[in-house]
Amino acid sequence: MWVVTAIVEAISILLIISGVAFFVSGTVGLLRFPDVFARLHALTKCDNLGLGLVALGLALRAPSGWLGVKILAVWALVLMASATAAHLIARKARSSRPGVGIGIRE
Amino acid sequence: MDTILVVAVFVVLISVLAGLIQVWRGPTPADRMLSALLFGTGGVAILLLLAEVAAQPAFVDVALVLAILALIVSVAFVRNDRLETESET
Repeated sequence: MWVVTAIVEAISILLIISGVAFFVSGTVGLLRFPDVFARLHALTKCDNLGLGLVALGLALRAPSGWLGVKILAVWALVLMASATAAHLIARKARSSRPGVGIGIRE
Repeated sequence: MDTILVVAVFVVLISVLAGLIQVWRGPTPADRMLSALLFGTGGVAILLLLAEVAAQPAFVDVALVLAILALIVSVAFVRNDRLETESET
């Protein structure tokens, strides 16, 4: 029984560390990409996956089962909210000026 | 185990603050809105990690409210500019 708890703790720490690594890579992509749409892509993909891994690692460590379900529900909400926001921002960036931001390094 | 979580909180905080550089640098307003999106998602991650470190389950509810507020802010950003450009289309 003690071995199972240690394995679950090791898996959760590994998930949290990889989730934080995705956060850092998303920020690096936000700063280094030349284009608005490339930055949007890097931000949403890496932040959704980073938050998902962190939430999964934390749901494994949660003291009660319902708290783990609530943490995963927060991740699902952020997933849908971030996808909607990314689509709206991309549509606005596309329609503000027709030729702006396509692969131009400003 | 808690020290790893505290280090993770600081790493996410530093990466969210590094996203502020995009607010200063971004040529279009959509770039600045991307940093606000990063603030929202990073804040949710920091709150979820703090809920484990401080053993306070109430932080998960605060993270829920922050996620909803981030969505409302981005809808308000898009809608505000739509009202200004409606005379052109």
